[in-house]
Amino acid sequence: MRDVAFWVLAVVAVAGGVAVFRVGSMARATFALLGSLVAVGLALLLLGLEYLGYVIILMMVMEMLVMAVFMVMYMMNPAGLMPMRMTHNARWAASVAGAVFVLLATGTFLLPEPVRHGRPPADPTRALGLAIMGPKMLVMMIIGVAILATMVSSVVLSVNRRHPGRGC
Amino acid sequence: MGEALVLLGAVGTLALCAAVFDAVLAVPGGGAGEPLRRVARLLLQQRRRTRLADTLLVRTGVCGLLAVAVLAGAVLPLGERPVAEMAVGVVWFNAMEVGAWGALWLVGWGVNSVYPLVGGYRFVAQGLAYELPHMFALITVALGAGSLRFADVVAAQRGLWFAVWMPVAFAVYLVSAVAMAFWGPMDGPVSDDICGGVPAELSGPDRLVFQAGRYALLVVVAAAAVPLFLGGGAGPLLPPWLWTALKTVAVLALLVWSGRVLPTVRMDLFTRLSWLVLIPATLLQLLVVSVVVL
Repeated sequence: MRDVAFWVLAVVAVAGGVAVFRVGSMARATFALLGSLVAVGLALLLLGLEYLGYVIILMMVMEMLVMAVFMVMYMMNPAGLMPMRMTHNARWAASVAGAVFVLLATGTFLLPEPVRHGRPPADPTRALGLAIMGPKMLVMMIIGVAILATMVSSVVLSVNRRHPGRGC
Repeated sequence: MGEALVLLGAVGTLALCAAVFDAVLAVPGGGAGEPLRRVARLLLQQRRRTRLADTLLVRTGVCGLLAVAVLAGAVLPLGERPVAEMAVGVVWFNAMEVGAWGALWLVGWGVNSVYPLVGGYRFVAQGLAYELPHMFALITVALGAGSLRFADVVAAQRGLWFAVWMPVAFAVYLVSAVAMAFWGPMDGPVSDDICGGVPAELSGPDRLVFQAGRYALLVVVAAAAVPLFLGGGAGPLLPPWLWTALKTVAVLALLVWSGRVLPTVRMDLFTRLSWLVLIPATLLQLLVVSVVVL
């Protein structure tokens, strides 16, 4: 049952990724990517990581929507009324992607299989929280402040200064 | 399996009740039959098509709205137990309900028409405005209960309802609930000033499923307020399922009524209110709850 679920989700994830470059409109590409990422989120459930799986789905829906807004804004032919290609600089991109794939694939065959240390915690959500608030606190604080600074500075840059009352 | 049927039946019934109540408020004394008449009319109506519409995306959005509403409802306790018992039910509820962003944007985009497109973008802006205070309200509840499981949240309110000692979180939840279902004061994405917005070009069964999804979402967000803030099925004399139903109907009636008495809020003003007032207020509420819990 778990194997079937894994393979179905894996095929959906890869097929969604392929579809991103095969479809003819930005909207379809965005939602093909979303489908792929949702499959990845669901695959985490097979590891017993419910919280991370659902958070991935939650964040990816929001991120893809924001991305769709920006992609459509910057595209020459956003509407998809005329089908457009989703690939740019195809030969160079394909060779880089192929090289990375070969590197990672050989790595999985050459490196020794990892051995499990210890046992999975009874409540992975709680263990995750304790890790973030304990040994990984410094990293999380730095990332948190960096994200906050990025958000504040991007808002400040986009505020319309000539009409301070209307710059939302 | 039995619980899934109960959930579908309950959501369907309450959605119809909400539509009837709204129709009665709209035309006092004579509107009660209007929702069923509208359903019959939409079932018989022929589909109208727009030029070069992306039918796949529109169908995905129309069906997706109903689907995410029902899936979000799957973790809510129907009296004793939910359809799907999850250790992180609150996160699941939140993850499903943001699916409405995708659904509305897809419909607005896919039909290839100006006003639905404007409506779709309005909903994305609305989502960015309400989602953060909404998440902080949910986090406050989870913190108060010490768990993300709906059953534990209900159990934690045995002494005192969260609505009583987390009033700010409750108020913010109700505001974000109407925003999420683009209802009442938050109906910008489907409002009259853009000719009906997102569903403007939908007709026949498409429109019926879209409207059903919208009412289902309203029902589910109202029903979620019961285990989150109003003590779930707890109450004297009556069985838990009946208390859950009564409280849900009360919240639902409040939300529907708000749609008839409050004007539509401009989203740029609400965004400012949300980010400058609601987010700090929910953070303060979170701080108070943290101190009490510690």
